[in-house]
Amino acid sequence: MATSTRDPQLKFEPWKDPDAQPYVRIERVTKKFGDFVAVDDVSLGIYKKEIFCLLGASGCGKTTLLRMLAGFERPTAGRIFIDGVDMTEIPPYERPVNMMFQSYALFPHMTVEQNVAFGLKQDRMAKPEIARRVADMLEMVKLGQFGKRKPHQLSGGQRQRVALARALVKKPKLLLLDEPLAALDKKLREHTQFELINIQETLGVTFIVVTHDQEEAMTLSSRIGLMNHGEIVQVGTPTEIYEYPISRFVAEFIGSVNTFEGRLVEDEPSYVRIEANDLDQPIYVDHGVSSAPGATVWAAIRPEKMQMSRDRPEGNDNWTVATVRDIAYMGDLSIYLLRLPSGKIVRVTQPNVERHAAERVTWDEQVYLQWDATSPVVVTK
Amino acid sequence: MVSLGQRVNFWIEDALGAVVRSPVGTQLRRWGVTGKALVASVPYFWLLLFFLIPFVIVLKISFSDSQIAMPPYQPLFSWASERVLEIKLNFGNYLFLVEDNLYWKAYLNSILVAGVSTLLCLLIGYPMAYAMARSGTSIRNILLLLVILPFWTSFLLRVYAWIGILKNNGLINNALMALGVIDQPIQMLQTDFAVYVGIVYSYLPFMILPLYANLEKMDLTLLEAAADLGCRPWEAFVKVTLPLSVPGIIAGCLLVFIPAVGEFVIPALLGDPGMLMIGKVLWTEFFNNRDWPVASAVATALLLFLVIPIMFLQRAQEAESGGVHR
Repeated sequence: MATSTRDPQLKFEPWKDPDAQPYVRIERVTKKFGDFVAVDDVSLGIYKKEIFCLLGASGCGKTTLLRMLAGFERPTAGRIFIDGVDMTEIPPYERPVNMMFQSYALFPHMTVEQNVAFGLKQDRMAKPEIARRVADMLEMVKLGQFGKRKPHQLSGGQRQRVALARALVKKPKLLLLDEPLAALDKKLREHTQFELINIQETLGVTFIVVTHDQEEAMTLSSRIGLMNHGEIVQVGTPTEIYEYPISRFVAEFIGSVNTFEGRLVEDEPSYVRIEANDLDQPIYVDHGVSSAPGATVWAAIRPEKMQMSRDRPEGNDNWTVATVRDIAYMGDLSIYLLRLPSGKIVRVTQPNVERHAAERVTWDEQVYLQWDATSPVVVTK
Repeated sequence: MVSLGQRVNFWIEDALGAVVRSPVGTQLRRWGVTGKALVASVPYFWLLLFFLIPFVIVLKISFSDSQIAMPPYQPLFSWASERVLEIKLNFGNYLFLVEDNLYWKAYLNSILVAGVSTLLCLLIGYPMAYAMARSGTSIRNILLLLVILPFWTSFLLRVYAWIGILKNNGLINNALMALGVIDQPIQMLQTDFAVYVGIVYSYLPFMILPLYANLEKMDLTLLEAAADLGCRPWEAFVKVTLPLSVPGIIAGCLLVFIPAVGEFVIPALLGDPGMLMIGKVLWTEFFNNRDWPVASAVATALLLFLVIPIMFLQRAQEAESGGVHR
């Protein structure tokens, strides 16, 4: 998680500070293409030095929102402020914003150095200063020896870093990254994620990242804005989004989750009890839920928060019997697919702490599944 | 969508493949002949038959003496005696080209006319190709069709039609006089102007098509990247679009310049009879003077004039792109 790479003494949470002003303010922005509403009445505040991820499936409007920040698209309605200045009518070439394109969009007829120097030359900066900054930047992205190469002579990962250097060399107030890691293979992607965070912390530039990859969003971001059908569904830190999803959509989009539809049977300020359609025992949750008794709710339980055991648990709630249908051994953990008596398939992950596998639960075995009262998240939509 | 050319290629490949698979084909394959190799060899065979062999004949004639006979030149090879083969190479025809400044002037004038025409084609054709490449897909195909449409009428007829437009009591002069802009017709036919109009009109599609093909496949996010880095639209054009379209510009210019240098029909029909063009000189030497050796020398020299700079250009371009494109 992103927080682990930051200084634990100085918690970076400007959004909790009531006096802090957002650096980027998106106010009720809507974008329509003909009848199609790509971005629907979105308001967002993004703070200085954040890595803010816009996460969503393809077609959810995240790229359109990014392109409006860059100035390539004009909002149909609403305004965009960056550092207090209204940017809505400003063309892209006058915005203090740079973008790293998904395809990298490196100029094929220029060398790596010329690509990186392009924006500085455009600003009529003095030649020695350009040379110095280009060299520094290439050093930072570890491409010092590749300055004279053309883009087609570089690997995908090297091109990605040229694109990053070219976008950062102008020291923009805001860097927009469109699927920055999508074109890299898995190993390189993980490595580059941490490099990106390091560079961002060194330069202190505010990043807005568009991605469809939840893992990428979880690792990179200070906060995530989850989008669906042009709307922002939830904004929060990776932990908040994962542990406290506000709806079934959020819970199911991020990671895997087992959702149980049910009815509130006991609704107290300090606990609730839910009668789930697929479970014989009720679900007991140790916090209150703001919903009317009898209302339909969903209890979402993450696979790693369920335990399997061969002994029948004590008590009358938060457990069920289940049969192992499938086991996927992933090395560090195993994924078990279990069938409940109702037929519902439940997913459970267990870390493989011990190397010896003799005592492990196996195919077609009947086990008891249980979870803590703190584990389920209750959502009402 | 498969283009007609591709489809024809498939047919040929099928037919040749059938040959290769037949019992005869088993023998052919043993010699390393495959359907693919046969298809690839068709254009080479074509060029060998209709370009290289005729050129060797022309080259041969250019080194012989003229005589009043049929054919009007002396053979290059003759048997001096039973065992001695005599080869007579006459370099006089080439020397003649250098000595008589008529040829020099004709060459230079042709290159000038072709050069100016090429430049005009580029200036007119680039914006057209650009507009086509950036228009919507449905309109784009119509515009492309309009560029190709003139080829459905004979080249000769189209040039003839310009006589009707440009002559003293032609379309333009009559219209201008009817409107009262001029009292006397403007002499346009049989001037250099008419030749330029004819060449630019006839060769414009050859400039537009390679430029369009180049501009159409350009990645438009490059322009967004340029804008993002601080380029106004026209700066992005100069710094990104224009340099990236250089291969298209070169291809278009060569396709216009090379045939324009040797152009005969357009200056003959529209130009001043006194206008010196190498194509006309060639025609005169061949048909009026019946001096085939000198005509052949003119043709060979013209070919060298054109081929050598093109080879250098190609070499330079290969070095520039580093061999591979993206």
